[in-house]
Amino acid sequence: MVISVLNPTFEDNAAHFKYAPRVETLSNKKVGFISNGKEGTLGFFTHLDRLLRSQFKVADVIWQTKANYSAPAESSIIEQAQAWDLAITGLGD
Amino acid sequence: MSVVSNKIALESFEEVQEHYHSQGWTDGFPIVPPTPEAVQACLDWAYMRNDQLIGIEPVRERPITAEKIAISAVMAGCLPIHFPVIVSAWTAMLKEEFLLHGATASTGGCAIFMVLNGPIRQTLGCNNQFNALGSSDRATSVIGRAIRLGLINILNVSPGTIDRSTLGHPGKISYCVAEDEEGTTLGSLSEGRGFPPEVSTVTVFAASSPRQIMNEWTTDPKEILDTYASEMKSNLRNYSIWSGNYAIVIPKQHRDHLQKAGWTRNQISHYLFENARIKRSEWADVGKGSVVKGKGEKEYSALHSPEHLLIVAAGGPAGGFGAIIPPWLGTKSQAVTVSIGACVDCEA
Repeated sequence: MVISVLNPTFEDNAAHFKYAPRVETLSNKKVGFISNGKEGTLGFFTHLDRLLRSQFKVADVIWQTKANYSAPAESSIIEQAQAWDLAITGLGD
Repeated sequence: MSVVSNKIALESFEEVQEHYHSQGWTDGFPIVPPTPEAVQACLDWAYMRNDQLIGIEPVRERPITAEKIAISAVMAGCLPIHFPVIVSAWTAMLKEEFLLHGATASTGGCAIFMVLNGPIRQTLGCNNQFNALGSSDRATSVIGRAIRLGLINILNVSPGTIDRSTLGHPGKISYCVAEDEEGTTLGSLSEGRGFPPEVSTVTVFAASSPRQIMNEWTTDPKEILDTYASEMKSNLRNYSIWSGNYAIVIPKQHRDHLQKAGWTRNQISHYLFENARIKRSEWADVGKGSVVKGKGEKEYSALHSPEHLLIVAAGGPAGGFGAIIPPWLGTKSQAVTVSIGACVDCEA
């Protein structure tokens, strides 16, 4: 006996997102951090800021912190990010 | 309209179980095979199209459609009569103020606590007395499970993928209760949140596990509520200091004392708002002295306002027990109540 059952998962395979262009080098680039604001991010981003400036010679590092660490970044942050060459985000605990 | 999801042909009931488990589509328990006929029966019961959009999860921009919700409902053991409750719960969870992505992804490990109010409780044969918070009846068990299976399958909220819970809690299997409206004179939770008593509703709340209390040695309302307040203060100290919604589940014995003394929901809420408070310095008593940071005298209330208390009448007739159910993330995720199968606030 064959039982026909349905796939319970989200099946839309359309690609709604595409990757931003990759940068060839970090030198002279403007880098933005979007922190989720958790306690552990301070040490991590402080160290990364130092590395980016000293070893990779970036032009600038801009810090932004979300108001709610479980919600998407505010539109004001996304708008500001348009002026960055790359953003580092997605950090958890 | 016929089903739009891909069909899978399998040889037996056992093969269905193994296939769904192997794909990570279950919660580890056996499922009811979601056949096209069973899924369509749910949709027909609710007069819904298969591709009807219930909402969009905003963080991942993922559309939630009626058919996918119905598939998980069937898998959980739901009958068509249960389906409108599940649709309404999803509608509530997709409100921005609920913060669904955070609630299901957080290391905090909360679950979706649901409270049913109105005539639907009796239509579904819910038991709101004995074992109210522990699989007390078929309807609340399968409705709660359907939400979890829907999250797993539609939004990939599986442990270690989107679900990053450090511990989680057993409410993630199913966390639904129907209020004992007939057994209380306090009025219902949904009435307190602005809905008429003849309208069925579901309230969703991103919540930690229940913390049980016991006080059988007084009939004084303030003393009874002091025990609830103490547990709320314990949560402020040991879990999170941020105020938000708290649910308290009050079984009959405590309710009788409160009601006999003439206390109302409003009085209970205000009493706990005023008394479930700690000073930041108390963090130092529980090993968190490093985050007191010179602000020891600052006072924190468990409730953001008296209106943030969700009073739920439920539980067996005997025993001086009760429970508090703390919020996952203070006011950043808020409880949402919506009607089931009725429109009480939309335009004509």
